[in-house]
Amino acid sequence: MKDFSYPVVVVGGGPAGMAAAISAKENGAEKVLVIERENRLGGILKQCIHAGFGLQYFGEELSGPEYAERFAVKAKEAGIEFMLDTTALEIREQTLVCVNTTGVLHINFGALVLAMGCRERTRANLVIPGSRAAGIYSAGTAQKLINIYGHKVGKEVVILGSGDIGMIMARRLTLGGAKVKAVVEIMPYLAGLARNKAQCLDDFDIPLLLSHTVVDITGVDRVESVTIAPVDENRKPIMEKAEVIDCDTILLSVGLIPENELTRSADVTLSGITKGAVVNQYKQTDKPYIFACGNVLHVNDLVDHVSHESEDAGKYAAMYAAGKLPTVDQIEVAPGEGVRYVCPQKASPADMPIDLYFRTAAPGRNTTLTVSDDNGVLITKKLLVTTPGTIEKMTIPADKAKNISGKIVVTAVHKEA
Amino acid sequence: MNKSDVLIIGAGAVGCALARELSKYNLSVTVVDKNDDVGGDASKSNSGLFSTSATMPVGTLECRLRTIAHSMIMNVCKELDVPVIECGSIAPILYPDQLETAKGLTERAFQNGVYDYEILPAKDILELEPTLNPEILGGIYSPRDRQANQFIFVSALAENAAENGVEFVLDCPVTGMDVKDGKIYAVHTPKGDFSATWVINAAGLHCDEISDMVGECDFKINPRKGEFYVFSHDTPVKVSHIISSVPSPKTRGVLVIPTVDNNMLVGPTADDVEDKTDVKTTSGGLASIKAQALNMVPGLRFEDTITQFVGVRAARTPEGYDIRFSEKVPGFIGISGVRSTGLTASIGIAFYVVHGMKEAGLELVRKEGWKRTRKGIVRFADATDAEKDALIAENPLYGKIVCRCEQVTEAEILQAINRPVGAKTMDAIKRRVRAGMGRCQGGFCGPTVIEILARELGIPEEEVRKRGSKAFMLDK
Repeated sequence: MKDFSYPVVVVGGGPAGMAAAISAKENGAEKVLVIERENRLGGILKQCIHAGFGLQYFGEELSGPEYAERFAVKAKEAGIEFMLDTTALEIREQTLVCVNTTGVLHINFGALVLAMGCRERTRANLVIPGSRAAGIYSAGTAQKLINIYGHKVGKEVVILGSGDIGMIMARRLTLGGAKVKAVVEIMPYLAGLARNKAQCLDDFDIPLLLSHTVVDITGVDRVESVTIAPVDENRKPIMEKAEVIDCDTILLSVGLIPENELTRSADVTLSGITKGAVVNQYKQTDKPYIFACGNVLHVNDLVDHVSHESEDAGKYAAMYAAGKLPTVDQIEVAPGEGVRYVCPQKASPADMPIDLYFRTAAPGRNTTLTVSDDNGVLITKKLLVTTPGTIEKMTIPADKAKNISGKIVVTAVHKEA
Repeated sequence: MNKSDVLIIGAGAVGCALARELSKYNLSVTVVDKNDDVGGDASKSNSGLFSTSATMPVGTLECRLRTIAHSMIMNVCKELDVPVIECGSIAPILYPDQLETAKGLTERAFQNGVYDYEILPAKDILELEPTLNPEILGGIYSPRDRQANQFIFVSALAENAAENGVEFVLDCPVTGMDVKDGKIYAVHTPKGDFSATWVINAAGLHCDEISDMVGECDFKINPRKGEFYVFSHDTPVKVSHIISSVPSPKTRGVLVIPTVDNNMLVGPTADDVEDKTDVKTTSGGLASIKAQALNMVPGLRFEDTITQFVGVRAARTPEGYDIRFSEKVPGFIGISGVRSTGLTASIGIAFYVVHGMKEAGLELVRKEGWKRTRKGIVRFADATDAEKDALIAENPLYGKIVCRCEQVTEAEILQAINRPVGAKTMDAIKRRVRAGMGRCQGGFCGPTVIEILARELGIPEEEVRKRGSKAFMLDK
């Protein structure tokens, strides 16, 4: 076993990990190490060759690899150390156990930032019945096969789920010469961002079937067809209206799950809703030396949010490692009416702005978003349209954050559904 | 023409157990199978149980062979390095009328020599298995029911047989036979003709079709479909015993099974179907398993399932094991009616058949240097830090994790491909070393495994298959 020691260690060299590492270094951590299991930095952004990244963070539109490259260059300039082709296996107190082709590594840390990202939900998670033929892929896997490996996955495709990756892949497959026959969504509204529907489906005449689901898949070797049916208000398929679509490929874009198996080895408390760690405004978990950011914390809509959030995590991890992060009593931050979750789930009164990221529970128009504590309303915001596919951000200003007390509740009230 | 002393048709549990048993002697043995991998159809898609013959019909061949096999199987697994858990089983008694059935079953178990199959009061059962429905009236406890990794069991038998000289020809369906005057002159396959002094039909689900080719088929195989759920390692409520419904004559009903790999299995259904290749899961089947399982173990979290699958069992009409040395075609041995009990019984069947061949005049001369043992592929995930360091020092590819969910390294995948009777497809790799068998179901490692398989087999990536000869992963 080889032993190492760093004030701050980051797990994951994707957008979250790189932003956290740079920020930790800028905020005083003398040495910062990033562990990355692949042979290059960038994480999932490497395969996201489409544009649409960086509008908020850089004020310009970049592709995924370009966005990642900016952070990779900055990280190298900042003197961050990297271990590539290295997999983190387990957290044992303040030691991260990793492995690579040189052996098992024991990396001791002052603070650890978890930035492992997320994985895709599978067909089995949804219990979709039918054949288990070849040709059924999660959208992200198909994206990797096409954009990284240069393969083709199929000729005639049906996409289940209207998540962002699914819609982006609908366009990518069409541009690659495949025929995308439909995007099927069980909910009565879009799962991903509206702009992706416009740019990826509408512009290519790809039909979006809302309130529909897959009820059967056929094919002994390779997929031969998929049967879809509309669903009633209880999401039960109406079998009389079922329809068969011939296809050789099915992509699933049915949600992402934060990849927290490593986190579990440290016995960190996880949220049942976000499936990520429960954190405070410092992105600090209930194991005070462990921080989390990016999609391992909660699934984001835009990488720009991830970068901002992760910079916070890196900064506070560096402060913790230096013994400078205050420890105070924490109060609960909870979703109220119309809100699915809020991250962070805890906060403590402090003379600093507190960013709250949250998702609404259902789409609506003329929405009033309100953040209050036991003393009353802290901030409000009005929006013309809100959807669960979009992350909302509200910031409690420092002068109010000083005095928060009781419990913070975030609500979203729609005037129209 | 491929000529041998013995030709075994079918590389499932029975075919591979026979191959290993015959490999002890100076005989040339060939095994053919239509699939790309050993492990057959029913032999792979099942619950991996090594059960006692407690509830078997008394005195039947099935009961005898299973009793004999059950007493030998732990030793075979030790010789072949097959992981087994000795978890025991519990059949909770949920309704008063099941009490009578349970009493009848213990009587039968006694007659079958399974003396430790007992009815215990609810309190004792709940102490053994606290996850059970607290409303139970009692339960049957059977401490010697076991669970094994059935994929490794069958591939270990095959690997050991191959090391001892047995030839395996896969992707090789038998399409017909030349039979004249009570003799098989040729067994046809797309890979050429085979001939042998002895032809053994161990084709499981398809044994009726093979027996029909020699005009010996007076029975029918009825495919019986069984659907299963597989649970994630980290689901909060896990059973420590095999939980079964109080069995009925047709089936053991739904079971909740702890596995050697720490993935609970829940199933199966038992639906008679027409099509032997019908391996489609159904909403109805899965819903019925869920309801029955929750009745026994109310805390099960079905949202934690990582996959669902179907196994097709080879039920026979008329029922029962049938092992027949043909009189019309001397040298042809038909094995039929081997249902789910066959995973355990395979070891007994092998001895029984080889003994019959000896009785029929086959001279059995022990092979010099027969290798009794086989070492399994060492799993990185199960090793301690020091063991991992040692593995990596010897082979750095043990430090390269390919499947992150199950922590499977490239070194293990290469062994799965390059060992005797190695993996040629994605599913075959998954069964041997679990790459792609975890929570993301191959989403992350799939592209890398395609790359490794293509490289090792010397084929383009577009030729890599999920299984079989036509289930291509990519579009050409």
